[in-house]
Amino acid sequence: MAKVFIPTALRAFADGKAQVEVGGATAGEVVAALAELYPDIRRHIYDAEGKLRSYVNVFVGEEDIRNFGGLGAPVPPDGEVTLVPAIAGGVAGALRAAPRQTDGIVRSKAAGRKR
Amino acid sequence: MLKLTNEVRRAICEAGERDYPDETCGFILGRLQDDDGGRVGDGVRAVANAREPEEAHHRFKIEPEDFLRAEREAARAGKDIVGIYHSHPDHPAAPSDYDLDHAWPVYSYVIVAVERGRARELASWRLEDDRSRFANEPVGTAGQAGEQAGEQAGET
Repeated sequence: MAKVFIPTALRAFADGKAQVEVGGATAGEVVAALAELYPDIRRHIYDAEGKLRSYVNVFVGEEDIRNFGGLGAPVPPDGEVTLVPAIAGGVAGALRAAPRQTDGIVRSKAAGRKR
Repeated sequence: MLKLTNEVRRAICEAGERDYPDETCGFILGRLQDDDGGRVGDGVRAVANAREPEEAHHRFKIEPEDFLRAEREAARAGKDIVGIYHSHPDHPAAPSDYDLDHAWPVYSYVIVAVERGRARELASWRLEDDRSRFANEPVGTAGQAGEQAGEQAGET
């Protein structure tokens, strides 16, 4: 069983746990097992197509899996897998012309996305 | 409610002014739950904006290694990462679609609007669980229960 370390942001969706043990021989299998165990985590880890979201980093031990095989990276039976949030953001071009929200809520589908 | 110490509020505003016209970014450390049921930010950890220089005026990025270091630092101090701050140079302190697309639940996203080099407004936002939108989170002053901090960043 691999140990999975869950970041603070996702613990609320995993019964408050910081660490769980799940099966899996690869990073992808371990993450999938976590999502199966705690379905509410799924939408924060995977996108609508079922792909790992770009801002979810997975480390096996101290290594980012992007450096050694991606989701196919092997996980030893007693390995440690850590989900690490990639933090990103920034003002969008569309916001320059957007009116200020008056209800304290920013809707998700403002026009004119800029990437 | 997110309660910030005056020192944290000042540090965020100063970082936004220092890095203007680029976006600044960093972590807010503290306690996710205090005795009053709110959350408290009583420390900051500035990190370098990892975006390319030509993109840094409207984007920020924090490397995962910086996240791990901050989380471990917070844990050693008996704290949590409460949120992430960043600046919007010459734009309002409201999250963009890009912010929404990249947001994590639970964390407070504190944005300071920096207008022509001066911090003008500070606001905090939390991602809804269904990821559909951000909700505004009132910002108060830590240590002064029930007191609502002014919205004008210049008040700090």
